[in-house]
Amino acid sequence: MLIGIVLTLVSIWYGQNHGLMPVAASKEAPLVDGLFNTMMTISTGLFILVQGVLIISAIKFRRRRGDEADAEPVHGNIPLEILWTAIPAILVLGISIYSFDVYNEMGGIDPMNHSMAHGKSEKSVAHMPGAAIAATLPAASEPLSTGMTASASDPSASSQPIASSNIGIGSTPEQQNSPTELTVNVAGLQYAWIFTYPDTGVVSGELHVPLGREVLLNITANDVLHAFWVPEFRLKQDAIPGRQSELSFTPSKEGEYPVICAELCGAYHGAMRTKVVVHSASDYDAWITSQQVASAEGLQQAIATSAVDQSVDQFLSPFVQSIGVQPDQLTQLHPAAGHYHPAS
Amino acid sequence: MQGSTIDPSKTVLNYHHAVETAHGHSEHPDHRLTGVIVFLIAESMIFLGLFSAYLAFRVTAPVWPPDGTPRLELLLPGINTIILISSSFVAHNADTAIKKNDVKGLRKWFAITALMGVIFLTGQLYEYHHLEFGLTTNIFASTFYVLTGFHGLHVTFGVVLLLGVLWRSLKADHYSSEHHFGVEAAELYWHFVDVVWIVLFLLLYIL
Amino acid sequence: MTQAQLQEDANLLASDSEHHKPNWREYFGFSTDHKVIGIQYLVTTFLFYLVGGALAAAVRTELATPEVDFVSRELYNSLFTVHATVMIFLWIVPATTGGFGNFLVPLMIGARDMAFPRLNAIAFWLIPPGGLLLLSSFLVGAPASGWTSYPPLSLVSGKPGEFIWILSVLLLGTSSILAAVNFLVTIVKMRVAGMGFNDMPLFCWAMMATSALALIATPVLAGALILLSFDLIAGTAFFNPTGGGDPIVYQHLFWFYSHPAVYIMILPVFGMISEILPVHARKPIFGYKAIAYSSLAISFLGLIVWAHHMFTSGTPPWLRMFFMFTTMVIAVPTGIKVFSWLATLWGGKLNLNSALLFAMGFVSMFVVGGISGVMVAAVPFDIHVHDTYFVVAHLHYVLFGGSVFGIYAGFYHWFPKMTGRMMNETLGKIHFALTFIGFNLAFMPMHKLGLEGMNRRVAEYDPKFATLNLICTIGTYILAVSTFPFIYNAISSWLSGPKAGNNPWRALTLEWMTTSPPPVENFDQDPILVVGPYDYGMGDRATNVDVPFSDPREPVLAAGPNSALRADPDPSVAAHPDDR
Repeated sequence: MLIGIVLTLVSIWYGQNHGLMPVAASKEAPLVDGLFNTMMTISTGLFILVQGVLIISAIKFRRRRGDEADAEPVHGNIPLEILWTAIPAILVLGISIYSFDVYNEMGGIDPMNHSMAHGKSEKSVAHMPGAAIAATLPAASEPLSTGMTASASDPSASSQPIASSNIGIGSTPEQQNSPTELTVNVAGLQYAWIFTYPDTGVVSGELHVPLGREVLLNITANDVLHAFWVPEFRLKQDAIPGRQSELSFTPSKEGEYPVICAELCGAYHGAMRTKVVVHSASDYDAWITSQQVASAEGLQQAIATSAVDQSVDQFLSPFVQSIGVQPDQLTQLHPAAGHYHPAS
Repeated sequence: MQGSTIDPSKTVLNYHHAVETAHGHSEHPDHRLTGVIVFLIAESMIFLGLFSAYLAFRVTAPVWPPDGTPRLELLLPGINTIILISSSFVAHNADTAIKKNDVKGLRKWFAITALMGVIFLTGQLYEYHHLEFGLTTNIFASTFYVLTGFHGLHVTFGVVLLLGVLWRSLKADHYSSEHHFGVEAAELYWHFVDVVWIVLFLLLYIL
Repeated sequence: MTQAQLQEDANLLASDSEHHKPNWREYFGFSTDHKVIGIQYLVTTFLFYLVGGALAAAVRTELATPEVDFVSRELYNSLFTVHATVMIFLWIVPATTGGFGNFLVPLMIGARDMAFPRLNAIAFWLIPPGGLLLLSSFLVGAPASGWTSYPPLSLVSGKPGEFIWILSVLLLGTSSILAAVNFLVTIVKMRVAGMGFNDMPLFCWAMMATSALALIATPVLAGALILLSFDLIAGTAFFNPTGGGDPIVYQHLFWFYSHPAVYIMILPVFGMISEILPVHARKPIFGYKAIAYSSLAISFLGLIVWAHHMFTSGTPPWLRMFFMFTTMVIAVPTGIKVFSWLATLWGGKLNLNSALLFAMGFVSMFVVGGISGVMVAAVPFDIHVHDTYFVVAHLHYVLFGGSVFGIYAGFYHWFPKMTGRMMNETLGKIHFALTFIGFNLAFMPMHKLGLEGMNRRVAEYDPKFATLNLICTIGTYILAVSTFPFIYNAISSWLSGPKAGNNPWRALTLEWMTTSPPPVENFDQDPILVVGPYDYGMGDRATNVDVPFSDPREPVLAAGPNSALRADPDPSVAAHPDDR
């Protein structure tokens, strides 16, 4: 009994204080950490139990010198069997449900109805032109493929707030209340990541994102498989040539974190890394502007850049205001979401 | 048999007695046919893997078959299918014949089966020759050739088995109504090849 | 009279004469004797294990420092690719199924040989060419796209090496399928009279589950590799998106085999552990039927979990949830086994020799791998750790801490039967201590590395991971050193160890009821089951045994001889028919 209490306490303590995870820098990360801590608690208990039984057996039930007799013939015990079938079954079921819940909250499964709080949607969709993937995806995600293949003014997408897990926020201009997402197209190639900001036309080798705003990454690969991984965000998604996959998250802590390629992609796989920089909103705007200036100077594409500049101005000025007022509720309150359109 | 005291020698005797009465002979029993059946499970799994790959390509592709794939002619493969399916019944006659110790019947029916197999293969090659797409034209063409080719390989092997049985049957008393594992194995294999073709035909030509 | 004496006396006739020892030349030829083939498998695969170990040492040497300094990046990728392929296809799979399976299954079920001895020999003789072919790829540029060989990378990085890899795996897969056919027929059809399924030794149950799995899963890999080779050579585009193909289809086909492959590697070891623990604990196995049927459950569930390797790949959410759940459910039958083993040890009279130490080490280390296995089954967590060192740690705890510890336990336990000589216990214990310490040093820190953000299959890494990586490398070197006492022990004991006698462990299963090493055809007379395979401690019927948690009248509540979970030998040949 006492052993049981001590075991439980030790497990809970270690489950909460293992210090194994890196900094949590996205809104999704604490959810994953919570799940990990729970599993770690159960695991520690189980680990100590099993190793304890082994060690006690090895000491207490050692064969004494000269004792050639057999031990007592215990062949089995059905109540005990039921107990140790049922307990793991319940634990496993519990972990499954908890995982399902966390995954849902991260946005992995389409939220049932509109949720401002939802952070991440992660889903892989065939991107081959007009992919008939809709048949294989659950009904809830159908707007997604329609959004991709049909026109941008698809009304079904606007009526369903899960459209935030869709490909384009710009496709639903009348949707005032939806969270503003920053969309970034990510392409993996041997051996670099290329981040394209379709709203502003910025192309960069590093991912820069503003704090507290939901970011949607459309990930694909140009040659072989890669995987986009930011350990501090606890998020990973394969970049698959010929397909587009999505990853969305809300950075919650300023700083620089590594972006790592986690799928073997060739000899320099280990060197295929860059960084994601989480800025404050104003720093982020400054970075975007500096990038635009740089690209404008570099490319001399006067017409293209001026068009982009304009749309960015339109888009950014209200945005900056909101951030000054209520940074936490930026995504909910942002009134001007409909005013800007993607680079098109 | 059920003495509760232990008497090893007695138990041994009882035991051997039991074996002899139960099995009638104490030689190595013949498990080869079971082996063939188990092996065919493995074979069918290869085809199942290839079929599911085909279905996966089909489901994820936007248009199937991809644009520009000419429609498959149904007449020749249809005749081929009928030939192959009926050859299974022909092969079964051989089995019935040898069960009656009729080695001549066995030879006759297996010869016809093998001939039908060869006709099927010829028809298949003729179709390959006249198709407007090649192995690498598109994903449909590739799966088409790999699936039918892999099946054709199995038919070829089946024909070789049949001919092997025919060759052996020339030796007097090689097969009898009691001992004809080779005949049964070849027949079973032939049925397997046949069933695979039916699935394949439905998948590639009809659906 | 103990149960062992009962069983031996009844089988005196089966093992009464001295037999000629097999000529050493037989071991290098096309022998059809299952024992010779078993030993051929074990020795061959152990040699490949040393090769795989050398490759692992090279990989770890490269990783001792964050920079690329020991080998080139290209060679590094080939090293871990070939390391994994060798360890899986040339060591664990053939050593457990081919090696121990071949040697033990016919003996345990009282058969004279396998159902198809020639097929058996063919299956073995596919292994050395397959292995040498794979190693020869280093001459032309070894495969470098990981043992998973995911396209499109595998299609663009070194065609000759990749093609050799495919050929070699196809050869080894064929060998595995042929062996599986043989085992299934042997176990189902060739059990000695009186041995029902429910009194087969548990190793045979495990081999049955394993063979069924190998039979069903391996051909699908063959299918995938056939398509891959067409892409590689003939220019098709099955897995190449630019031609309309889909790399994800390959992943599904590949993992449909390669996840069950994990169970093909671990189930026979489960069986071996279920044999070894009762013998050295002098106690019946706890919950025979629960262990037997959980093998089947694992084998069935093993077929429907494959996509958990693809949680971050192109898998739709509902599929991720389905595979998460099935994967978690596997923990239940696995847990039943682990707890049953613990209960077998509890209250026993443990003879802590090398075999039992390795078996207990197996339980201890496998549990770690099992726990981290449940963790990575949880989709949100797996998204973080997929393709990181956490997974590397997990799989090594299962395959090294599990399978390899189990194989070593099997070596120490059955060496006397295979060679007729005892192994040296002191060297065995040194071997165990070094292996246990080296293993944990090498792989425990990897959990943290993975969680912190070190991805796998990299030759260079963030300098902040340097310390832990150095510890891992040191652990690897200790592991490498740990094999030397074993090799010396095995060779010297084989040549001049003390004679073992027929049944040095006083075990009850039929392989001990014949001479050591057993003669050709195994038994002079068909052996007889007088006692059940695990009826330890029931020798003297005069003394009433006092068994805890037992209600002797009610089979459901009984723990002792009346337990409903006990193996049930045929009453017609049993020593105490009233017990059955």
